[in-house]
Amino acid sequence: MAHGHNSKEKVVYVGDSRIRKRSEIATPPDYTSYPGKSEAFIPNFLLKEWMVGCVMLVGFLVLTISEPAPLGYPADPTNASFIPVPDWYFLFLYQLLKMPYASGDFVVLGVVGIPGVLFGALLLAPFLDRGKERRFYRRPIASSLMFLSLIGVIYLTVTSWMGYEDELKLTGTTPEHIVREEEARERALEGLPPKSNAAKGTVEVALVAPDDPAMESMKTATCLSCHGTDLKGQVGPSLRGIGDTLTQDDILGVIKNGKGNMPAMYDTAKSSGLSDEQITGIAAWLAKQKKAQ
Amino acid sequence: MAKGIYNWIDERLDITPMWRDVADHEVPEHVNPAHHFSAFVYCFGGLTFFITVIQILSGMFLTMYYVPDIINAYASVEFLQTKVAFGQIVRGMHHWGASLVIVMMFLHTLRVFFTGSYKAPREMNWVVGVLILFVMLGLGFTGYLLPWDNKAYFATKVGMQIADSVPVIGPYVKEFLQGGTIVGAQTLTRFFALHVFFLPAGLLALLGGHFFMIRKQGISGPL
Repeated sequence: MAHGHNSKEKVVYVGDSRIRKRSEIATPPDYTSYPGKSEAFIPNFLLKEWMVGCVMLVGFLVLTISEPAPLGYPADPTNASFIPVPDWYFLFLYQLLKMPYASGDFVVLGVVGIPGVLFGALLLAPFLDRGKERRFYRRPIASSLMFLSLIGVIYLTVTSWMGYEDELKLTGTTPEHIVREEEARERALEGLPPKSNAAKGTVEVALVAPDDPAMESMKTATCLSCHGTDLKGQVGPSLRGIGDTLTQDDILGVIKNGKGNMPAMYDTAKSSGLSDEQITGIAAWLAKQKKAQ
Repeated sequence: MAKGIYNWIDERLDITPMWRDVADHEVPEHVNPAHHFSAFVYCFGGLTFFITVIQILSGMFLTMYYVPDIINAYASVEFLQTKVAFGQIVRGMHHWGASLVIVMMFLHTLRVFFTGSYKAPREMNWVVGVLILFVMLGLGFTGYLLPWDNKAYFATKVGMQIADSVPVIGPYVKEFLQGGTIVGAQTLTRFFALHVFFLPAGLLALLGGHFFMIRKQGISGPL
């Protein structure tokens, strides 16, 4: 083509005279110097490599199908009790920063010093280990440093994960993605359509008739200590927009009998000096709490 | 017909040497698991690339539904997970692939280290490989935030605190990553851009270098 010896060529390029034609074509290194049976990459070797790929792909897909990717509840910056945990391959760094000599006054060591030396040494390994010897058992320093780092990283990862599990047990927390999955499974078993958690805490629902005396009654009956002073929920769920799902009678029933973690509040309300009318007033007012259309 | 088209293009662009170079190189016996089973350790690099391709493809499909803003991010992931046909599978592949690529890369690194393959003349390829590792960790960190659930949010918050504690440059790094003073709307769009455009661009460039060098130098000889 461009080197233009072929007179049958239909398209003729004008070569750049400043570029000299390469005297020899760069040939990839061949392995005739190695004893043994070398073979061509395509198709001989690739067909075998492809089988390894297939075995891995099958395993990968089985994992994907049997374990759906985790998804918790929408991010809520006001959630103070959430136990943060990074992805597993960052656990060793996370744990390192909890060590006494890598945190507090020594945080610089934990955040720059030790990881810097480790990753720096990894990056520059060829310039630190310059001998000709390739066999690892003839390179005791390089090999033992690598083994030590591996043991350290594995130890930190395992410790971190066990610490996280202990913390979960201690606080009686189930990770949110498991809670959400269980919830979805129960709904599916009951034949209900899947529920979306997305709206939770992202769309502000306004209070209907916020000046109603019911609000004052709820404060007296200690409702607000769990449902939040603005009814946006705290320990208990948000009551804003509750009228969309519950009627006045439903709400009265919940006050009298409790629901889930919520104890029956009727007696508490009575003993804090509320009359039956005031309690009915609370239920009536809550039933009016509907999302603005 | 296909041959005609091929010849037509080849006549003009001389494409044969390009793919012949990739196709025709010989694979020596000592890296071929068909001859020595223990040579399977030489597969990890190829498998890392294989999963990287899966990550790119599944990620491309995820962006068809994902919305990088704090109101809709979670909703779009939930929609993808529960409503979209095969959405759960595609997201699952991207999620588990992220871990698997780290595992494979880790094994590949160990193989190269313990066979001493990073020694002269292959120093540069090792350095590029470690840079690929860093980019992958960056992809893992930025991708973790995108579903915008509590786990994502609080892990990123911790990450930001760690960045903040680096002397001198820490606060600047934190502000650059957060795009402001808190982990919020700006952080999410920023992480999305890093995860989908900046880091993959860097990754592809580094991978190009990695493969160019291995073709140029050939695989290291038997021990």
